[in-house]
Formats: sequence, structure tokens, C-alpha cells
Amino acid sequence: MYPEDFKYTREHEWVKVEGDVGVVGITFYAQQALGDIVYVDLPKVGTRVEQGKPLGSVESVKAVSDIYAPVSGEVIEVNEALVEKPELLNRDPHGAAWLAKIRLNSPEELNNLLDAAQYQALVAEES
Amino acid sequence: MTGKARSHIVQDEPLVFEISAPGKRGCQLPPLDVPAVDAAEVLGAANVRREIEGFPELSEVEVVRHFTRLSTWNYAIDLGMYPLGSCTMKYNPRANEAAASVEGLLWAHPYQPEETVQGCLEIMARLERALAEITGMDAVSLQPAAGAHGELSGILLIRALLASRGNPRRKILIPDSAHGTNPATAAIAGYEVENIRSNERGMIDIEAFPSLVTEDVAALMITNPNTLGVFEVNIARIAEILHSKGALLYMDGANMNALVGITRPGDAGVDVLHLNLHKTFSTPHGGGGPGSGPVAVKKELEPFLPKPRLKQVNGQWRWDYDRPQSIGRVRAFYGNFGVLVRALAYIMACGPEGLRAATVDAVLNSNYVRKKLEPYYDLPHKEPSMHECVFSDRRQARHGVRTMDIAKRLIDYGFHPYTVAFPLIVPGALMIEPTESESLRELDLFIEAMIAIAREAEENPELVRTAPHTTRTSRVDEVTAARKPILRWRPER
Amino acid sequence: MRFLPKSDAERRQMLEALGLESVEELFAQIPPELRLGRPLALEPGRSEFEVLEFMRACGRQNKTGLPCFLGAGAYYHYRPVVVETLASRGEFLTAYTPYQAEISQGLLTAIFEFQTMICQLTGMDVANASMYDGSTAMAEAALMARRITGREHVVVAASVHPEYREVLRTYAHNQAIRIREAPYDPESGAVNVRAAASLLDDNTAALIIQSPNFFGVVEPLGELAEAAHAAGALLIHAFSEAVSLGLLAPCEQADIVAGELQSFALPPSYGGPYAGVIATREKFVRQLPGRLVGQTTDTRGNRAFCLTLATREQHIRREKATSNICTNQALVALMATIFMTAYGKQGLRELAEQNLAKAHYLAARLPLRFRGPFFNEFVVRCEAQPPEAINRALAGRNIIGGLPLGRFYPELSDCMLLCVTEMIRREDMDRVAEVFQPGGAA
Repeated sequence: MYPEDFKYTREHEWVKVEGDVGVVGITFYAQQALGDIVYVDLPKVGTRVEQGKPLGSVESVKAVSDIYAPVSGEVIEVNEALVEKPELLNRDPHGAAWLAKIRLNSPEELNNLLDAAQYQALVAEES
Repeated sequence: MTGKARSHIVQDEPLVFEISAPGKRGCQLPPLDVPAVDAAEVLGAANVRREIEGFPELSEVEVVRHFTRLSTWNYAIDLGMYPLGSCTMKYNPRANEAAASVEGLLWAHPYQPEETVQGCLEIMARLERALAEITGMDAVSLQPAAGAHGELSGILLIRALLASRGNPRRKILIPDSAHGTNPATAAIAGYEVENIRSNERGMIDIEAFPSLVTEDVAALMITNPNTLGVFEVNIARIAEILHSKGALLYMDGANMNALVGITRPGDAGVDVLHLNLHKTFSTPHGGGGPGSGPVAVKKELEPFLPKPRLKQVNGQWRWDYDRPQSIGRVRAFYGNFGVLVRALAYIMACGPEGLRAATVDAVLNSNYVRKKLEPYYDLPHKEPSMHECVFSDRRQARHGVRTMDIAKRLIDYGFHPYTVAFPLIVPGALMIEPTESESLRELDLFIEAMIAIAREAEENPELVRTAPHTTRTSRVDEVTAARKPILRWRPER
Repeated sequence: MRFLPKSDAERRQMLEALGLESVEELFAQIPPELRLGRPLALEPGRSEFEVLEFMRACGRQNKTGLPCFLGAGAYYHYRPVVVETLASRGEFLTAYTPYQAEISQGLLTAIFEFQTMICQLTGMDVANASMYDGSTAMAEAALMARRITGREHVVVAASVHPEYREVLRTYAHNQAIRIREAPYDPESGAVNVRAAASLLDDNTAALIIQSPNFFGVVEPLGELAEAAHAAGALLIHAFSEAVSLGLLAPCEQADIVAGELQSFALPPSYGGPYAGVIATREKFVRQLPGRLVGQTTDTRGNRAFCLTLATREQHIRREKATSNICTNQALVALMATIFMTAYGKQGLRELAEQNLAKAHYLAARLPLRFRGPFFNEFVVRCEAQPPEAINRALAGRNIIGGLPLGRFYPELSDCMLLCVTEMIRREDMDRVAEVFQPGGAA
């Protein structure tokens, strides 16, 4: 369920590192808890984000959830497809529905994150 | 047949735009008794519009049928019980409507000289006095247009008073059980919001509270009874703690209908309070307004109230604009006057005995419903209930039936749903407020319906999950509505 | 008490079910020192007849039912009978906010029609389901512009309704929004475009213009929009006389339109309840405050309506909401919808044309203060005697005169604002013109 090569936050975001870039998304568990996602508020390209600080938000019909940046750095690309098709987040949260790509400032921050097994355990505990 | 409901024919009806035909009209003007003017000439051709594209064109009878048919698709208090917790859907006496339709009141212009509108001013003065007596406060402004608007006025008053003492401070404390308007209001008034946790009894933790009231705290916004329907027994102590640290106590009066004639917020140390005339004082909700949200204050906040203020000069009512410390206006003119007339009519009709009797019946009804439903629904907080009680869907959730499903199934039994999933501190909340307006027969039918649904949740959960089954419109697709918003009609191309 | 549907026997039966002896036990949790312990000091309850007698007596203390030349944000227009008949149906009057879509389609459908008609009138893409009134709609529009642009300040025309500007100041005061006022041209009565442009800078969120303005003058909205956009600010078009929308061209360049709908079917009712509205471009919809109705389908595939985009609102987003507004003016919006439907495309235009013709009939007989084009209100110079004396003379002839302007604009203390709607007859205007003649007020 949760890819081994991702790192995870306690707030249910994931990051996959490709060179000096982190691809960021929300987890399967997060989209399931939110229900049908109807809107995604993405950061602007060029925004500088900080680990643990809000990066954007996702909305269901009756809830809004902030997305927290799993890593610090500069947003270099956002997934525009989600603007037209927020439902992708429900269908493929770990793949096609990535949210943003961030050029990492401090790769050592990755050590603050959970690995797949730890995240799996967190989810088991919460549900 | 289910409960008190049976099916009957309702008529379909297109939108007005879809039944328009060029040249039809539903209203005729008298002939013009002055020479016509050429609009392009007097206004400039560029200022004159082309025809209003798409605007409806219907005859009078079609207008009547259209809106009458639409009306039959609505549930309403006039049809039956509306157990919406926190919303106080009580009977709206028709005499109030007649009072507000008195021609001499209806056609008074807000800028008429004061000596020609003494009747309007007398009504407002009487209502201010009555609300001050009912709440135990010193002064009342009738200007705010609705509850949330009264909240905003109230927080601005607190800010103004603290600023006059040298420091408006930074933060407002708000319990996690509060209505969403409270934090939204504090933010609009320029304050940071600090949410405070309720204790396991659903109240403010009086032991922990003093440490939360720092030098930064301007006020606590409290709802009493709170949204669990529980009276904050420590309210006087809470006020003392706040006052000792130079902070103020704001009370959201949304649930004032549980207190009228029994206890007065002003006597417990509340500094500012807003009322919802469309809840406690029986003015109609009208599908979401107009409401009215008077704000009541203690003496020291009086100079800051929105201007103008009523004052009596030589036996005549006048507007006093010379209020240098006022927070200013919160809206144009003086308030939702028509709503004020209705509220005064209600207070006059009830008198002190009637107002108190209404409170008693509201609390009696809620306790009766609670007692009768407790064997069937989980009651997470066991404190005594005032005007409303809050269950959770814990037991039904085991069968995959959630609070929204039970609510929708109630529709099939001929009732409006209760308040769903609020307060936020109770997961899967069913918040029930019968109000005083329900007869024992209507209450028993409601209880029967709720018990039947509890049984259905076990025996046939799918039936509940897909409810309502008997309405003209079945469950609507709110997800598509939000993903692909269609917010206006457009002609088909 | 006639509103309470229980007999004493039934109350006893309910108490028994609760295991209680008396109703006082229901309040046992309230500390004794907080209990009132006496009846409220109010007059005893009265019959329906007595309450209505009191209200009628209050009505008689007011002077109404006379020809009235007051406007200034509250207008006398004829209200077709069907408006009251239909809106007072209990299914509309006594319904709650339509959160439960399955049993609220009547109101939801009407509000969808309302939103559509407001768009058709204003030339905007989306309109909300109403605000408290025009003044708060304008203030909320300013806050909205700030969220959209990320800029701090606003410029508002001095020709905007003075009370609307006061409300804007109250809303802005605690949010560190600076407000600058763009002067009106003393000749035309319209905003001086160059002066307005010079006040706009790279921290200006919006330029707020009312048209027709407080003096009744139609503002050069197109030029002002260009000036605003050149500075990267939005143009907010405010209006207080909705009937003007039947005749005046909507400003195609406006970003937000915020106004007052009292003219559509609401009697002046001493200042309220009225209904405001905000309309805007589709791209700004997520910053729009207030409720919105959207079209969707039900599980059977039929067209249906529901409240939508609720995540902007206070009950979900709490301190991060676009506004704290909750209750709006749904029933008034419904009345406006019925009014617009009853008048319809031709009727509304004819109504506006009658207002224009009548106002120009009277204006032609009086000394006008401003040269700018006007709709149904205009400012008159009171040359021979002060405005108050003219109003007294009119009162003696059973006419309610205009609004003396000195209270709001000291430089116009010799002027009054007159409004002429379709409700005013030619004879009454002739009598007003007489009083303005030298010696006419005697």
C-alpha cells in the first residue's frame, strides 16, 4: 500500500526524492479520511516553503485540510491537472496526483520523516 | 406509510428562464404623466444598456404558479417539528407579521425628520429596554443585522474598550465547542484565535483556565448553554478570572432561549452579549434571513456602541450622532427594523410569565426527548441538558449508518433532520433541539420515528443509508456541485 | 400562553417520565445565586388584538403615506401584490437555511434564479445568495479585493453613500486597511478621474465607486476601471438604487459589483431589513463571501440544487473563513426574485425609464447643483431659503421633502438631495417646484 521508496509525515503527506528534487503528495489514508476531494489549492511556483509549514490545502464538500510541506525548499512545479480534476487525488494519491515538486534546501531534513513501515504503523494506530 | 408522512402529488416546474416568452409581463405601470425623455440623450448613449439578455418574461398567473409550486418543495415550521440543534426553530406567530406590516411602520423612510417617525423610535426604545431587562445588561444596540454581525460588533466593542485602556491585546479564547462564527468573527476583528479544549464534561476546565488567561488575552467567547446544551456552571467564576486579568467575557447568546426568565447573563458577569432575534424571539428564519443580532453590554462599554444611539429630548426620541468613542456604524441606517417590530410583538404577547413558560417548556421537551432516546442512541456527555441534547451515531455506525443517514431517514418520517455533525467535539453528532413549540403528540411521533430508525439501522442499514426515499428530490450530488460549480442558469447553445 | 401547545396534565405526564416532581428541578444545575428569583420586569402578556393596537398606534405616530422625495439609499417603489402574497407563504417564511437539499428545493431553486438574474443585470459571472445590506456588501467587497490582490489599502470615492463609507471604516479599522477618499468634481458631481488615479499606488487593493452615486450622478465607470487596472487594483462598483440597473449599462471592466436590492420590492421599513448582494468574475469565486447555490443532480439523475463551495464559509473554515457571515437575507432575496420576475425584461426597463423621466421633469424646474448625468436623484441648490425651511414649507403642504446635505457634506449645506420615483405624481412635483420659487416657501 505505502511505497517503500517514499518518506512520510505524521500529517499524512509523502515525499519521493529524485536527485535534489522532492515530489510531494498526500497519502492514501489522507484522501480516504477526507472523502471526495473537490478542490486543491496549490502553491505558486517559486514559493519558498519550510518543512512542517502549510504548502496548500485540499477540500472535500464539508472540510478543508492544510497540506504541510514534508521538506523545505523552493516549489519548482505544481500539478496543474489537479485544478481541473481534483478527483485524481482520490484515484491515484501516490502517483498521478502528486501535488508539487520542491527543490530541496536541506536533504538532511528527510531524517525527520517516517519510513513506510513506521507510517504503516501510524495509520494502523489512528484507524 | 411511515410515521406521520404520506406521499402526495407535487408538481414539476422549470426555471423562470425556461418558461419565458418574449413580450409577456406580470406587472403593469400606470401611464407616464410627464413627457418621456430620451435616455441616450440625458445619460449619454454609452451609459444606456441594451436589453437584459435572458431576463424572464412571464405573466402574473405564471409568476404565482411558479413560486407556489416551488414553495411546495420546502419543509417549514408551519408543517411540523424542526429539531435543529442550536438553530431554535420555534413557531413564528403570524401576529408578528401583521405587526410588521402596519402601513405606518412599513413606509417610514430612514431619513424622515425624527419628529415624523416617533412611532418607530418608540418601538426601538421599548425593545432595547426589554432586552436589557431580559439579559441583565445595561445597554443594547439594535443595529447589527444578524447574529454573526452582532458578534462582530461585540468584539469590536471589546477591542475599543481595551484600546481606550491602552492596549487592545492580541488574542481571543474560544472553546472547541463553539459555533464557527466565533473564530471567524474574532479573525475579522483583527484578533488571533486560541482554541481551548472542553473537559470531559463538555465544559471549560476551570482548573486549567486561569493559566490560559495571559496578558495577551482580550476576551473569552463563550456560548451558554454551550453547544452540548450544557449550562456552564462556572460562568461567574470564569468572569471573575477574566476580569482579574483585565480581560472581558463575551457571551454568544445563540442559546439564550434556555435562560430567559430563569437566569440573566449580566448577573453572572458577562460583559458583552449578542442575541439572535430570529431564534429566541420567534422572528421567522425566512430560509436564512433576515435576522437581527442586537448586542447588549455593561455600562463601561456603552460609550463604544455603534452610532447613532437613541436618546430622549423633551419627551421626544432623537438620534444622537455625537458619540466620539463609538466603534462607528456596522451597517447603514438603524437595524433590521421590521425584524425588531416582530420581536417586540412577541415579547409583548408573552409577557414575563409567557417568556419564562417558553423556556421551561423548551427545557422540558429536550429532556423528555433525551430520556426517551437514551436507550437507543449513544449519549456521550451525561451532564444535565438544557434546551438541546446531543447524541452520537456510535451504535449505528457499527452497521455503517452515520448521523447524516439517520437525519435523511427522518425526512421520510415527516420531520426535518436534527443538526448533523455539530458540535465538532462529538464525533458523529446528532444535535436535537425540539423548542417549546412542539406538542406532546408531535414529540412522541418524533421519538417513535427515531426509535424506528435505530431499528432499521440494525435490520436494514441500506434503507437508512439511501434515504430519503419519499421526497421529490433524492440525495443530491454535492461532490459534483463543488467540483464543477454551476452557479447560474445559461441558455442551452 | 397561546404559543405553547401543552396542557398542564401533559406537562405532569412528561415530568413523571423524567422522574421529576416539578419543572424547577430541570434547572437544578444552575447555581442558586445565578437564578433570577423574580419575574422579569416587563409588562404582562397581551392578546393579539392589544399588541396590534399598540403597533397601529405607533404607525399613526409616524407621518407616512404622503408624497415623499427622500431617496439616499432607501427608495419608494411600488411593490406588486404578488411579492408579499408569495413570499409570506409559510413554506418560504418559516423554513430554515436550505442545508437539507432534499426538502429545500423550493428556496434553493429560487436563489439559483436570483443569482442568475443578478448576473444578467450586472454583467458579472457569479453572484452570491445575498448579504445583510448594500453597506456591508460594499465593505465585504473591499475585504474580498484585499484577499484577491494581496494588497492592503482601498480608495473610495467621496461620492459613495456616506453611511456606506462609515461602515467600510468600521470594517477596515481593525484590519490595518487604510482608506483614502477620492474627491468629487464640484462641477459635475462625479468622481474626478485624475484625482482618483493619483491616489492609487502599488499597495491599493481596490477603487470603490458608487454609480449612480450618492448625488444621483452616473459615474464614468469605464475610465475609473481603466485607472484602477493601470495601478493593478480592482474596480468595485457599488450601487444603492437597483432600479437603475434596468436602464444603465453594466460596467464591463468592473471586477466586483456590490449593492443594495431594497428597490426591488422592499418598503423603506425605517431602514431594514433590506438585502445586499455581491457579484464578481468567475475567477474570484473562491474569495466571494456568503452562501452560494449550485446546480447538480440527485441520485435519480434529476436536476437539483444545493448550497455549494461551503468551504469558504465560517462553519467550516472558522477563523480562516472569507467572512463571518452566517444568516443572510434569504427571504428578501426571494422577494427581489419575485419582483424581478413579475416586472420582467420589459417591465424593469419601463420602470427605470419612468423614474428617469419623472426625475428629469422635476429637475428641469429647479436649480441643479451638479452638471453630471443623473438617474432618479439629483442635488438642488436652495437659493432663497435653507433646505430645512423648504422642507418645513413642504411638510405644511403634506409633502415629505428631500435630504438636506449639510449633515454629510458641510460644503453642500445649502443643498438638498431629491429623489423622484414612479410613485410620485406630476402635481406633487409641481407643488415642490412652487415652493422653490422665490417666496414660495412662505
